[in-house]
Amino acid sequence: MSGLVVVGASYAGIQAALSARDSGYAERITVVADDHLLPYQRPPLSKDFLLDKVTQDNLVLRDDAFFKLKQIDLILETRVHAIDRHARKLSINGNTVLDFDKLFIGTGSHARRLALPGSNLDGVCYLRSIRDAADLKERLRHAAEIVVIGGGFIGLEVAASASKLGKKVTVIESAPRLLERSVSPLVSQFLLDLHTRHNVDVRLNDTVAGIEGQNGRAAFVTTQGGACLRADLVLVGIGGVANDQLARDAQLNCTNGIVVDDHGMTDDPGIFAAGDCANHYNAYAGDWLRLESVQNAQDQAKAAGLAIAGKTGPYDSVPRFWSDQYDAKLQTVGISRNFDRQSVRGSLESGQFSVFYYKQDRLCAVDSINRAGDQMAARRLIGSGISPSPEQAADLSFDFKSLLTTINAVGA
Amino acid sequence: MAQIRFIQPDGTENVVEIADSGTSVMLAAIRNGISGIDAECGGCLDCATCHVYVEEGASGLLAPPQPEELELLGSVAAPRKSNSRLSCQLKLPPSITSLIVHIPEAQS
Repeated sequence: MSGLVVVGASYAGIQAALSARDSGYAERITVVADDHLLPYQRPPLSKDFLLDKVTQDNLVLRDDAFFKLKQIDLILETRVHAIDRHARKLSINGNTVLDFDKLFIGTGSHARRLALPGSNLDGVCYLRSIRDAADLKERLRHAAEIVVIGGGFIGLEVAASASKLGKKVTVIESAPRLLERSVSPLVSQFLLDLHTRHNVDVRLNDTVAGIEGQNGRAAFVTTQGGACLRADLVLVGIGGVANDQLARDAQLNCTNGIVVDDHGMTDDPGIFAAGDCANHYNAYAGDWLRLESVQNAQDQAKAAGLAIAGKTGPYDSVPRFWSDQYDAKLQTVGISRNFDRQSVRGSLESGQFSVFYYKQDRLCAVDSINRAGDQMAARRLIGSGISPSPEQAADLSFDFKSLLTTINAVGA
Repeated sequence: MAQIRFIQPDGTENVVEIADSGTSVMLAAIRNGISGIDAECGGCLDCATCHVYVEEGASGLLAPPQPEELELLGSVAAPRKSNSRLSCQLKLPPSITSLIVHIPEAQS
């Protein structure tokens, strides 16, 4: 038997392999990855790693001992070139072939490239892999003026790190507010104030026109709004694109990523996908979503691992994100899009608050800044379909646990 | 070099060595495939799923929990006890060469 082959030693790939094994999948499991390193943690790359608070060794997430214990074969520095669905074979490294019974695709996503004059100049960087992060860290050390293109999670986290390192930082965001697709206007405004207080020059409603170089290196960023900003380092954080080419070539159903059901299954019942490269129908959003988050990668891959082992446990997690910027920990749960009412718990001035969002009296999302307890409660509330009233949410003396306990007891 | 003994709810034990003082107890568990520590967020204080009970007596030798950890400890799935910690925040000072931690019944 040729067993399960996992493409990508990503959060999703490793989780799928682990879940399949722990759920009783007894056949061979092989993880093939083009990375040169053992699986590593990615969230610290834009934060503690840039700030030298953790080393590359600290980032290792799964050691040889893990693979040995779980009887999972890991093949690094190896690229999968094609999937032959009919013959159930993968071609790797040119002419080598790997058989599979079941296949899991956890190829992640890559940074969307800037396509403007000057975008190929030296000093125009992206942040995705540990290689990118090591390169960025080295360049940051020598840079004085940094322009960040894109006010999303990666852009803002790098801006915060660079600012902490004493650099002059400008963020250019084309939308009228920061993190427009992920948080509400109130939280966007809080983050704008936070960055401004740390001397980051945030320019909303403006887009980059081009990058001008000197001696082949980035030197100035010009904007449509007429600004010309000195920059000896440009970080581009304008979103991610699914790595779904392998699946497309194999004629699996792909639309903004590999289309999967709530078991991570593609339109080929023996082939699964999860994480950044997968697009699924999300009940909380009421829409198809391709989520780029550790939580989604792990939870969706868990469901796929179960299905691979012949068990069932659909992916129905409430989407979650977190981000650390300066001393602010932002955590979000649910989808706040199209909310019609909001209720604030705590105060923006204190830097510790949560915003509860309602859609037709139903709690649909909560954003928290330095209120982890609220966030943990909110995950349970939204996951259980329980809505505290906006008045309860705003009342700091109100304990959500009582609500959860009561309703759980009634439900039981 | 420090040794950590992970004790499962059913009493089975695994011993893991930490070579680097920068490595948390959570990371040591995840890297070595210890069951029962989910660590969904990877140590970013986002999830409270790497809860452990530190052997009574050892707690005093470890740095006490910071407010953020305490807040998350209020949301752990298994009962919270006086020796409850989030293992992602547990790093061993050089003076500790061995530690016993008990893994709770549930993480989420």
